[in-house]
Amino acid sequence: MRIVDSPPALMRGHTSRIVQPKRTAQKVAVALATVLLLALAWSVATNQRFRWDVVASYLFSPDILHGLMLTLEITVCAMAIGVIGGLLLALMRLSSNRFLRLVSSAYIWFFRGTPVLVQLLFWFNIQALYPHIGLPFGPQLNLNAIITPVIAAIIGLGFNEAAYMAEITRAGISAIDHGQGEAAKALGMTRAESLRHIVLPQAMRVIIPPTANETIGLLKTSSIASVIAVTELLYSAQLIYAVNYLTIPLLVVASIWYLAITTVLSTGQHYLERHFSKGAVHAIRRT
Amino acid sequence: MRSAAPDIPMVEALNLRKSYGKHVVLKDVSLTVARGEVVCIIGPSGSGKSTLLRCLNRLEEIEAGEIVIDGALIGYQEKENRLHALAEKAACRQRAAIGMVFQRFNLFPHLTALDNVMVAPMRVRGVPRADAAKRGRTLLARVGLAGKEGHYPSMLSGGQQQRVAIARALAMEPKLMLFDEPTSALDPELVGEVLEVMRELVASGMTMVVVTHEMGFARDVADRVIFMEDGAIVEEGKPLAFFSAPVEARTRSFLARVA
Repeated sequence: MRIVDSPPALMRGHTSRIVQPKRTAQKVAVALATVLLLALAWSVATNQRFRWDVVASYLFSPDILHGLMLTLEITVCAMAIGVIGGLLLALMRLSSNRFLRLVSSAYIWFFRGTPVLVQLLFWFNIQALYPHIGLPFGPQLNLNAIITPVIAAIIGLGFNEAAYMAEITRAGISAIDHGQGEAAKALGMTRAESLRHIVLPQAMRVIIPPTANETIGLLKTSSIASVIAVTELLYSAQLIYAVNYLTIPLLVVASIWYLAITTVLSTGQHYLERHFSKGAVHAIRRT
Repeated sequence: MRSAAPDIPMVEALNLRKSYGKHVVLKDVSLTVARGEVVCIIGPSGSGKSTLLRCLNRLEEIEAGEIVIDGALIGYQEKENRLHALAEKAACRQRAAIGMVFQRFNLFPHLTALDNVMVAPMRVRGVPRADAAKRGRTLLARVGLAGKEGHYPSMLSGGQQQRVAIARALAMEPKLMLFDEPTSALDPELVGEVLEVMRELVASGMTMVVVTHEMGFARDVADRVIFMEDGAIVEEGKPLAFFSAPVEARTRSFLARVA
């Protein structure tokens, strides 16, 4: 072997400067995107047919605001059913009892396997199937009076959502190390206490991001309640442009509100995630 | 749990049997531990020593046999000369008086060191937060972790985590402590600090059953050493006699391998 008596090239120099790669492709992409965005902004601002004046006049109109409130009401109530129902279904799915597992699987199979539109129409027409419900010999309830279009929308979307939330919740609980439940058990906790104080708070880290996705999805899916004549946000806009033919401006109005709510929900998601990431190795940074 | 007379043993396990499928892990094992006694269980992996420990607080269900801890039959209640299986809550509460320390610590990662120590007294015993915090700080100081109260487990070393786990078990004021290979998951340089806390616990008079590979620890602090193999107790004795002059050939060959 040849003995090298001069130091290797890198060490020979006085001070080695570090030169970053040029990243030419990245710079081109940025330039291209900038040009496209400017062109889009220019056209949106100057195209008279957007009728921004109409958008402004309808943004806070009573009909639109009423639709917005209904959309929020349906989303919040259906999601509440989805979260609670999903938790129950997930616990049944993870139960040691085979029958409970089967019931949960069957529910998820059915509600994920049929279109939510069909489910909505089904709940809306439930009184054709069961005009009255109640206990045998007990008081009877008139379903026709109870199942208003809004209630049908909430039940339909909520029951459907529960099937999806069940899978999300189950995945979250299953992701927690078995040793956690065991440690809780060894400290004298019951299954319910262990779930509430130890397992679920940790599972939330896994559950929250997809749940936020589901909530945002549900917010927009709630617009299909228009098929059963619920005057939610989109249907309110449609009713207005059916009369005045200002289709685009009113769709813009609806979109602005959907975007606004989504923004609020995303912000909430960020803070929830931060709360439940306490102690995690990759904790979410404060902003 | 009622506290029994001091002459009754802390642990009386009789003919415990346990199997996974066809594989019998415990073959009618009996174990008695006196009050204040420290028993170390050694043996090759798969010998059933951890399973025996986990059966004592019913983290594993036994198939046959009975366990009496401090005079109380575990899992059952005697009423009118009949044994009634305890309801879930009562069965869970029986474990509260038996502390357990795991090989992999199993600290609750979403809680600070102090909250880890406080959570069971508060949720299981209903101890007010202020009292639980006060006691928690004392216990963390006892295991040498004063000043680490606000640290999450991910910010602590393995040795520190295991010491928090010991404090967490002590917070329930157990009359019996079970250790399942408490130093096996630790870096060698961190083993000492955990063993030191355990020695202090022995000195305080705690009744302990320790499954361990630390022969030095067993030799120094155990009142009795038990060697298990193939789901049965092969040999037991005072540490001095056990380590210097084991009777059984299987014990001798095991000790030759680990020494």
